[in-house]
Amino acid sequence: MGIFDKLMKLDRRWVFLLLAVVCVWSYVVPFDIPIRTEPESEAIYSFIDSLPPGDIVFIAIDYDPNNLAELHPMTYAVVEHCWRKELKVIFTALSQNGPGMADQAIRDISDSLLVDKVYNGVEFKGREIIRGKDYCFLGYKPYYALIILGMGQDFRLPFPTDYYGTPLDSVEMMKGVINYDQVACVIDLSGGSITDAWISYGQGRFNFPLALGLTGVMTAQYYPYLGSGQIFGIMGGLLGAAQYEEMADNPGRAKEGMRVQLFAHLVIIFFIVVGNIGYFVTRYRQKKQKEVS
Amino acid sequence: MNRSTYILTAIVVLLFIVSWTLKAVSLSGEVDDNITRGFLITISAFLTLAIFSFLYKDNPFYKFAEHLFVGVSAAFWMCQGFWSTLVGNLFPRLSEGLSNFFMVPYQYSPYNITYWIPVILGLLLLMRLSSKAGWLSRWPLAFIVGTTAGLNFIRYLRSDFVVQVSSTFVPLLGNESHPWTGIGDFFSHLSLSASGQFMMILANWIIFLGVICGLIYFFFSKEHKGVFGFASRIGIWVLMITFGASFGYTVMGRISLLVGRLTFLFRDWLEIIS
Repeated sequence: MGIFDKLMKLDRRWVFLLLAVVCVWSYVVPFDIPIRTEPESEAIYSFIDSLPPGDIVFIAIDYDPNNLAELHPMTYAVVEHCWRKELKVIFTALSQNGPGMADQAIRDISDSLLVDKVYNGVEFKGREIIRGKDYCFLGYKPYYALIILGMGQDFRLPFPTDYYGTPLDSVEMMKGVINYDQVACVIDLSGGSITDAWISYGQGRFNFPLALGLTGVMTAQYYPYLGSGQIFGIMGGLLGAAQYEEMADNPGRAKEGMRVQLFAHLVIIFFIVVGNIGYFVTRYRQKKQKEVS
Repeated sequence: MNRSTYILTAIVVLLFIVSWTLKAVSLSGEVDDNITRGFLITISAFLTLAIFSFLYKDNPFYKFAEHLFVGVSAAFWMCQGFWSTLVGNLFPRLSEGLSNFFMVPYQYSPYNITYWIPVILGLLLLMRLSSKAGWLSRWPLAFIVGTTAGLNFIRYLRSDFVVQVSSTFVPLLGNESHPWTGIGDFFSHLSLSASGQFMMILANWIIFLGVICGLIYFFFSKEHKGVFGFASRIGIWVLMITFGASFGYTVMGRISLLVGRLTFLFRDWLEIIS
């Protein structure tokens, strides 16, 4: 049996083992890899960076814990950028398993804002993020399409109170904020079909600037909306999050994860190439044998 | 179960207890509920490794983790549905007594009577459980199908059809930022910059030909021969490149999930990395 025959019959568990070893090694051993930013994620960063302090950004944390690894770094990078710019943020979590996780993320990011930091050469003084003044978390309500439509009329229709039970009229930053007209943009960080509802029922009906942060699996199918101008930016998977971290000069979990991505992809490409060579050589030999016999 | 399975289970239980103890000890100075936190982190690590063990081969630990996940998910969704839909939306509009019972504010409105319609439709849906009155569940199903189709019809017509079709009507020579001023000007200002006229024209031609050839591939009323067949083959290539891009992103997504679990195992559980 030749090497190519052996390759064709290689137990898939060897592939898993090699992939696991490479992933663990590249994760545990720290080193930097360059991240090249792309126009679709630059558009989101530039949009937020150009907003004056006090403007409101609407961030929809529409994912479950199973998408946490990909989308949480985006949430951390975007929200921290917004708060460093002294923007106000309205959060929702229209995915059933998401609100507790979203609340935890908001608290974590608030904590990280307490210390002085330098981003892109500009020093930002640490400050306390105050609920109701810097952000309003509306929480979860079922039937996301109807909620998105309802918020287009008045945020108070689907959400008479915020996630913590405070009536919206008593929330300081929500005074005078009726619907999407008072919001600079909507950023939907999503791991499911809620994105479709934001595009069609939200942006399609109320025409607000919409940007998407998506899981890797979803990203390719939403590029046509970027081309048509229905959305102004896309962050695709962990790469999109890493690009945002790079632009915001705020390295986090996404940039760490890209080390693993690099080497895991090299292993996968190696096995694809070797597997294809093995397949074609084996097929050529079989053809030769048939001709001889 | 044979003897080796018993031994393996005993080893796993022992390792679990050791991990729980060590984790609780390491957390003792940081949090008050170190024993509970230690247990939760250890059970998370155990379930993660149990799921990973399927990569070697199917085993009882994997089955346990899988069934636990399905059961907990179903229960969680049911509770969430009850508290957010029935208690959160319906009961406050149906009855003051029910609102008081569930401690949610009663929302009086003279139109609250209309909320009995979804109650009736919901009950009819449950008739499916009865062999004799099962046919009644078709009425609420018809309502669901009708309203969903109506809502999605408008949605797809606008955002996925009209806007998408109009966005493929792209200028093939010039646009507002790069107006076509003649072939001489085009060659004298030729540049490979991503924002230049040449790249813009190239991108627009790829969109135009990609859409046309993709549509031709799905046109089965004419035999795919000659020029038509050639365009059809280009259409297949366009589709394959699209699927390839999608597959590439999917691989990245799956590795990202692995990164998430590695982060948990090495940082939160083993504390090897900071």
